[in-house]
Amino acid sequence: MSTIQTQGTEEIHPDVLLVNRAREGDVEAFEKLVRQYDRQVFRIAQHITQNREDAEDVVQDAFLKAYEKLDQFQGNSKFYTWLVRIAVNESLMRLRKRRTGRMVSIDEDVETDEGSMPRDLADWAPDPEQMYEQSEMAEILRKTIQGLPPGFRVVFVLRDVEGLSTEETAESLGLSIPAVKSRLLRARLQLRERLSRYFRDRNKDGVK
Amino acid sequence: MTCSEFLAHLDDLIDDQVTVPMRTELEEHLRGCEHCVVTLNTTRKTIEIYRKHEIYELPNELRERLQKAILAKCKKC
Repeated sequence: MSTIQTQGTEEIHPDVLLVNRAREGDVEAFEKLVRQYDRQVFRIAQHITQNREDAEDVVQDAFLKAYEKLDQFQGNSKFYTWLVRIAVNESLMRLRKRRTGRMVSIDEDVETDEGSMPRDLADWAPDPEQMYEQSEMAEILRKTIQGLPPGFRVVFVLRDVEGLSTEETAESLGLSIPAVKSRLLRARLQLRERLSRYFRDRNKDGVK
Repeated sequence: MTCSEFLAHLDDLIDDQVTVPMRTELEEHLRGCEHCVVTLNTTRKTIEIYRKHEIYELPNELRERLQKAILAKCKKC
């Protein structure tokens, strides 16, 4: 008896309960999942497609596909990770449609040395966020991250913005863990380098 | 420890995934290398700023429209 109980004490994620209800045709349960994750799916889609209309379509298509495929959801990964994988694939498909004739994948453009070694070593202002208005700041952040190769951008967004673990990011993108790690480091360093232009401490000379 | 070796552990340090002896080595390097101190601090700040600012917000109106469209289609499935 104790063995069974020990195995059974593993906590069931609330999403799994909602998925189970949705599988049985409870659309309201699925609605809860939509409300819980639509913002994240939208953000991820925007980051990949860089197009507002595409991102809207991805939100619809990703959730619909998830709903249709609920039976295939195994429950050994989180529902969110599984959903992100669908959203990433839908986003890449949209991106390909726009750039017809060009293959688009998250492996594209990763053969670059940019940012692998920090060059701009000026320290930043103590509170760089005070230097810009909210909307200006958002524009700087958008412009900066858009300049990253898609394969770096998506890893940074999933790991650092959406808070997925390295393992979950690897699973969502169909990448190996070492590949996620190396891209994350390069993405972080490239963003840092690019943001330095805006946030450097103008009252100080750079570190010599 | 060289700066390149430090950089190889930068993410683990930021994500708090380093062993105690490794952390000691990294901190030792930081004491003598202003460049790596700047790199570490500004990389941390980079992540923090991106986490904090919603750069692609889904406006409520659009959100509701999308939710309705999704659920209407689900009901037809």
